Amino acid sequence: MAPVSPVMVRPGPWQRLRRELFASRVDGLISIGLIGGLVAVGLGLAKWVLVQAQWTVISANSTLFAVGRYPLEQQWRLWLLTTLLALATGLSWGLLRALPRSGASARAWPRNDRWAVAILVVLALWRPMALQLALPIQLRWWAITGLLLLARWAAGRWGAAIPASARRWMPLIWPLLYLLGMVLISGGLGLVRVAPSDWGGLLLTLLMATFSILLCFPLGVLLALGRRSNLPLLRWGSVLYIEFVRGAPLITLLFLGQNILGFLLPGGLAPDRVWRAAWVLTFFAAAYVAEAVRSGLAAIPAGQLEAARSLGLPMPQALIHVVLPQALRVALPATVGQFISLLQDTTLLSLIGLLDLLGTARTVMANPAYLGRNAEVYLVLAVLFWCCCAALGLGSRALETRLNPTAPSNVTPSR
Amino acid sequence: MVTPWWRHRRLMPWLIQAAVGLVVLVLVAFLLGNLVRNLTQAGLLLTWSWLGNPAGFEIAETAIPFDAAMPYWRALLAGLANTLKVVLAGLVGATVLGTLVGTASFSTNGLLRRLARVYVELIRNIPLLLQLVFWYFVVFLALPNGAAALQLPGVVLAKAGLYLSWFDPAWQWQGPQLINGVWTAPLRITVEFAALLTGLVIYTGAFIAEVVRGGVASVAKGQWEAANSLGFSPLQTLTRIVLPQALRVIVPGLNSQYISLAKSSSLAVACGYTDLYSVAETTLNQTGRAVEVVVILLGSYLVIDLVISGLMNGLNGLVQLRER
Repeated sequence: MAPVSPVMVRPGPWQRLRRELFASRVDGLISIGLIGGLVAVGLGLAKWVLVQAQWTVISANSTLFAVGRYPLEQQWRLWLLTTLLALATGLSWGLLRALPRSGASARAWPRNDRWAVAILVVLALWRPMALQLALPIQLRWWAITGLLLLARWAAGRWGAAIPASARRWMPLIWPLLYLLGMVLISGGLGLVRVAPSDWGGLLLTLLMATFSILLCFPLGVLLALGRRSNLPLLRWGSVLYIEFVRGAPLITLLFLGQNILGFLLPGGLAPDRVWRAAWVLTFFAAAYVAEAVRSGLAAIPAGQLEAARSLGLPMPQALIHVVLPQALRVALPATVGQFISLLQDTTLLSLIGLLDLLGTARTVMANPAYLGRNAEVYLVLAVLFWCCCAALGLGSRALETRLNPTAPSNVTPSR
Repeated sequence: MVTPWWRHRRLMPWLIQAAVGLVVLVLVAFLLGNLVRNLTQAGLLLTWSWLGNPAGFEIAETAIPFDAAMPYWRALLAGLANTLKVVLAGLVGATVLGTLVGTASFSTNGLLRRLARVYVELIRNIPLLLQLVFWYFVVFLALPNGAAALQLPGVVLAKAGLYLSWFDPAWQWQGPQLINGVWTAPLRITVEFAALLTGLVIYTGAFIAEVVRGGVASVAKGQWEAANSLGFSPLQTLTRIVLPQALRVIVPGLNSQYISLAKSSSLAVACGYTDLYSVAETTLNQTGRAVEVVVILLGSYLVIDLVISGLMNGLNGLVQLRER
């Protein structure tokens, strides 16, 4: 017999509103005050955005904000890279969706997917027009978005037909694409070299962030393992490094990188200013990632390592195959949190004279033509950073549920 | 069967450590050797005597008396005092704001609860440096001067600074006054300091709100219900029953947020406030003493971190549950 559930009366919207906002007299007063404040702020902001703000400072400098002073005749390389990235994104997206998942929902077009497509289309249609880009550039953005959606559709349609052995190698296109992107951006292999000092804007910000994120992660894992190692030298070395870096503000370390690195290396060997900053960011973030990973390692019972060792696995294999997969899953939210703050920390490059997004913004506003247009520029940057960081956070939460072996959606019913 | 040497349980750990130690030693020796050689070539070998030379630059606002004729060490000390000033004010402000917002996310009022979430999500996903320049250039530098200044009871917000009521030298309570188009008041805060403080408080406040929220959420629901049934008001429940228990979880989290606030205060240079980092940068540009300046910088922040950590650990010992 099915258990009898208590009668549930779903409160109507009016009752819900009343319970949420006007439960007591004090609540009512607070609510009225807050609503009044919110309406005033909202109206003021809307008036400013639509009437008072002068957005030409953004539209006239959109290229500068996007790529800085990257030479105009070489910008086709960045377009090519964007196209390739869009293709790879579409393919991965489609394949992830096409992977056989639990039963019936495999074929359906999930709602969040539809939302993503809708947002993408709206962004692609609206953004180039809002920025008043030239028609050829608008057309390029539309073509790239179309390509992304096409690749997603094709991969979703025929992705399941690809044999699993081939599909296992598909993720490799990302590291390959990254290396190719580096070559495309910096030149070499027959392409004209573009000096790092000419990279700027969003390009520099994203490049610095991805470079540091990719490199600080393995470094951080090694440091965390070192800190929990039984070997005293490794342990104390790691502790010393982690605590030294965590005790110093990033800006002083960047300062150290710009002013002392030249003395530490033999003449001429020191990398240029952009790469120095990139390495400092990497080594800085590694210490914080190490702490995140260490908390993950601490959550894994010692029995796991002992069991693996007593089954005859050598230490490196026991760590790689047994301990780390579990520990990294636990450490995932904290690690992504560090990546998010690393992305935010790239703004500090503007303080040491590099032209990242914020640095570019400062040079634009130094132009007398755009005097007093601070609010517009900073608002756009804030929205941009907010979207990137929020997307990273959302992605980490999605990955978390996907990796969690006990989550209900991932438990396949036994046949 | 003979165990191969790479499986030897005693030998291998020592071999690994010896190898790592050797690599680190060689690396450090290599870097230090270069450092000494390069510094000797540049004529900048480590010395501290330059600290006694007159600094020759002014600092706009100082917590301790300073002028350009004073030596470099005095300039650095003035910078450190400025840093400490903003860190102390920031700690207090961020704690108050964070506690308010963190407890607001447990309000019975749905709107207040959601606003607290929106605040945290909005602030945490925007870089601090961007927020600092926003507060300085967009908000505080846009304030009008003179009679048009923003006037609140006892407080005047003008581009030239924030003017507050305080006791004048004759111990009379004195509000801001407009004399010949210029505001005067017993207490004046520069807009640079105000912008930095606002940015730091609002940014760190969001993180502290999360710490407080986590701490309050860790207190069992039965505690709320028990206090409620004993006749405590919601506010009394929070301040007398829940927060004292939540402190055990909150204090360690606060520790790391306080340290990160102290470190973030080094971004002061973005809104024109002359803190330790800013003075150090000027000093380096004038003297070229890179190594010494960086050592002073890193050392000072390390000491500040250690002091905060020590105090918070002491506090932690006080709030932990004492078991018999």
